[in-house]
Amino acid sequence: MDVWFAVFLTIVTAATPLLLAATGELVVERSGVLNLGVEGMMVMGAVAGFGAAFLSGNPYLGVIAAIFAGMAMALLFGFLTLSLVTNQVATGLSLTLLGLGLSGLLGESFVGEPGVRLPKWLGIDMLIPLSFILTAVVAFVLFRTKAGLIIRAVGDSHSSAHALGYRVIWVRYGCVLFGGACAGLAGGYLSLVYTPQWVENMTAGRGWIALALVVFASWLPWRVAIGAYLFGAISILSFVVQTRGWSIPPQFLNSLPYLGTILALVVISASRRLTRGNAPASLGQPFVPDR
Amino acid sequence: MKKLLLNAAALALAVGISAGSASAADKVKACWIYVGAIGDFGWTYQHDQGRLAVEKELGDKVQTVFVENVAEADSERAIERLAREGCAIIFTTSFGFMEPTLKVAKKFPDVKFEHATGFKTAPNVTTYNAKFHEGRYVIGQIAAKMSKTGTAGYIVSFPIPEVVAGINAFMLGAQSVNPDFKVKIVWANTWYDPGKEADAAKVLFSQGADIIVQHTDSTAALQVAEEQGKHGFGQASDMIKFAPKAQYTAIVDNWTPYYIRRINDVLNGTWKSESSWDGMAEGTVNIAPYTNLPDDVVKMATETAEAIKTGKLHPFTGPITKQDGTVVGEAGKGLPDGDILGMNWYVKGIDDQLPK
Amino acid sequence: MQLVLEKRPERSRRMALLSPLLAILLTVITGAVIFALRGIEPLHGLNVYFIEPLTQIWSLEQLVVKATPLVLIGVGLAVCYTANVWNIGAEGQFTFGAILGGMILVLFPAWQSPLTLVMMLLFGILGGMIYGAIPALLKIRFNANEILTSLMLVYVVQFLLDWLVRGPWRDPQGFNFPKTITFEGLQLLPMLSGSIHLGAVFAVLAALVLAFVMGRMLKGFEVRVVGNAPRAARFAGFSRPRTILFCFLLSGGLAGLAGITEVASVVGQLQPQISPGYGFTAIIVAFLGRLNPLGALAAGLMLALSYLGGEAAQVSLGLSDRIAKVFQGILLFYILACDTLILYRFRWLKPQALAATQPAE
Repeated sequence: MDVWFAVFLTIVTAATPLLLAATGELVVERSGVLNLGVEGMMVMGAVAGFGAAFLSGNPYLGVIAAIFAGMAMALLFGFLTLSLVTNQVATGLSLTLLGLGLSGLLGESFVGEPGVRLPKWLGIDMLIPLSFILTAVVAFVLFRTKAGLIIRAVGDSHSSAHALGYRVIWVRYGCVLFGGACAGLAGGYLSLVYTPQWVENMTAGRGWIALALVVFASWLPWRVAIGAYLFGAISILSFVVQTRGWSIPPQFLNSLPYLGTILALVVISASRRLTRGNAPASLGQPFVPDR
Repeated sequence: MKKLLLNAAALALAVGISAGSASAADKVKACWIYVGAIGDFGWTYQHDQGRLAVEKELGDKVQTVFVENVAEADSERAIERLAREGCAIIFTTSFGFMEPTLKVAKKFPDVKFEHATGFKTAPNVTTYNAKFHEGRYVIGQIAAKMSKTGTAGYIVSFPIPEVVAGINAFMLGAQSVNPDFKVKIVWANTWYDPGKEADAAKVLFSQGADIIVQHTDSTAALQVAEEQGKHGFGQASDMIKFAPKAQYTAIVDNWTPYYIRRINDVLNGTWKSESSWDGMAEGTVNIAPYTNLPDDVVKMATETAEAIKTGKLHPFTGPITKQDGTVVGEAGKGLPDGDILGMNWYVKGIDDQLPK
Repeated sequence: MQLVLEKRPERSRRMALLSPLLAILLTVITGAVIFALRGIEPLHGLNVYFIEPLTQIWSLEQLVVKATPLVLIGVGLAVCYTANVWNIGAEGQFTFGAILGGMILVLFPAWQSPLTLVMMLLFGILGGMIYGAIPALLKIRFNANEILTSLMLVYVVQFLLDWLVRGPWRDPQGFNFPKTITFEGLQLLPMLSGSIHLGAVFAVLAALVLAFVMGRMLKGFEVRVVGNAPRAARFAGFSRPRTILFCFLLSGGLAGLAGITEVASVVGQLQPQISPGYGFTAIIVAFLGRLNPLGALAAGLMLALSYLGGEAAQVSLGLSDRIAKVFQGILLFYILACDTLILYRFRWLKPQALAATQPAE
């Protein structure tokens, strides 16, 4: 029993950063903006979180710094795509490039230094329950409040939302910043909880997985959680299988999380009932009000 | 006028020759190609520490240049650029740079190339590597002494001979103490992903291992050991700062002596192509200070390390029984280097399958 | 007074020419500042980064070599994205093309005839098409979002390649290192000049042909309509599923071709890593080129220059790879932002005019 509980805990730690980042990106995409720069915001969160905690000795300050670093990157993205209507896909990809370089630059002096670990509350890393609270709040706000209605309206048809008198650009700025905060927090989770250290590129592609999970979830918050845990579970279980010494190529086992996610998406998508009209119709399209 | 030109040509020729292979130089430009970021605190970090030590040691006599994050598929251009920029000696520090290094070396016969961990040499290409397995034999003994469950977890990157030889040496060391010792292996299929390495460590601990060994680069696995009150060994660099209670010792790569020696060879005009495979005796593979260990284990480990250094003990002393039951090696003699450099079999007692 | 952006009645031709110049100007200023901060003489720094690579034959060749896969993949993606088909997995199609093309050599190592290369290239294209067809069919048949499936398939094929070169396809003389035999003679692409190989011709041809198809042929019109006006496409009888399949086969085939040309030239064998992320960088190329095949050609060269410059800066100026990356990111931002001026213009709005345009709360 103990054995499987430990495995379960490992799955939880692996899934949490994916859940945090993907939940943020979900809100961004619901407002009609596609930010492919999650990896860049995340890695900036990781370096800022580590750095602030390391320099001040206070891990909570690290968490705050991680959130702000993610938001700063998101603000840059927002300024370019929303105010200057640049192409969202290319801007997001460039943001990742910038984030990877900038984080390496900022983190030069942190390499080889042990970090400050975020203390546990009642034996649990507090960011884990927080990730669920975040999912619940996002689900509630998006589908049960007027604010959520506005966000979805802006994402589905920005022209109509504008005609109704909503400030499309400001709503989108808000969502993009929220997404940045979540991605930054996910990065902070990596460098303060998951593996308390700073090394370059330590996000190792998790931002991309988070992006894929939003699509997997067909833009529904609780399905993001399912996707993150499915992905985490298959990754960890493939390690467990390896320890048994069966002669299965490890490359095959390590590719299972990706194959599993594809398979699950196919099953979900094949059912019209499960995917009905969730994709934001204005996703990725620029908006400039007519005057 | 014509004569003058001829003289100039002769002079140029003479200069060309004196800058060539067999003469001394006042100052060399030494260059490195790294596969990763110098901030990885693993493989590339250790090579860069070597470069920095060269700068410190040789001072004015050397100028160093490096290019980092060079993708293996895209490395020929980077290597050629260094050769064109006047580097006298170029170290290419990843196995995947082998063919590109040879290609560029053909075009630049006067430049010296040093390729780490490969097996193809040329008149101006040397290969160099370290006998990491020597250190792994020592930590195998420590693991077998210290483990309560009799099982170690071993996180590995990719099944290349260096890594396989490491696993075997670890196992042989462990078996010399406890013949029934078990090792559980997880292939992470990456050199470098702290999160994944931490996950693998957690899984291994949950499956009955109480000591973790790694052949991946980050400190993540040791940090997990520290948190769970288990133990482990550092890899590539001394990771004691990350796991003051968990680390028994670490196998530290130290390329400094090799780099200084080779660059001095260039300075003195004595450089020649060779296949260098240094180990604990030369100081390329080091054992970090022993910590969290009882005195008798420290004594055993120190003696083993000393025996390996002086050549009294070879980690792969025959006869060795392979996983499939066949026996290799002559009794009382170490396996030939070639067998270790291309090792693709497990010793008996390892519960894992290598790709065929 | 407030600065606002407004849509131009039509694309500004003047700005289409001016915007790259403006981007270059901004980049030069930023570059100079970064160099100065790092203690490098700004003019010297800019020269090393942007001018020198264009003045030596060797680096010009390298520029073409580096741009070749980017352009080959980028032009295909440009067509895809025009049709609103989101192929994010060109890297995977690149890899599978290399695997299938390379298979010929691994299975028949001694086969040396002009036909060898033709077969390799055909199998490379076929590999890319097959791997591109998977997300297309999953989309058409099950409505599975192609962003996720194509991206996830990248990781899967990389593990497949890893397994192949470490196991069944390993070079028997290779000391058990992960690589296949090296390709030789007629198994390698012919060289055009220096290190420029035949792939460069494919890249230019692909850009020209696709520019013609997209601009002058019905198929191009169809792709455009399906992408921009799905409703109109339905009335016109253009089938969306057919367009999805077409786009994936096209971009996948081109990515596969890029894969096999890289393997049969620059890399020279199959090994665990055969691409420094060309399939992902090509996404930037497609968008920088304004989804126009000829634009992608220019963008591919531009991006290749920024890589070469970054490398030169590391070697000659001691500027770290991190700063080069930051600089690249900023450079891309400038280009993207200046492009805005083609379709939009800035205008000062007086407060009362501003109030009039404010939506009622």
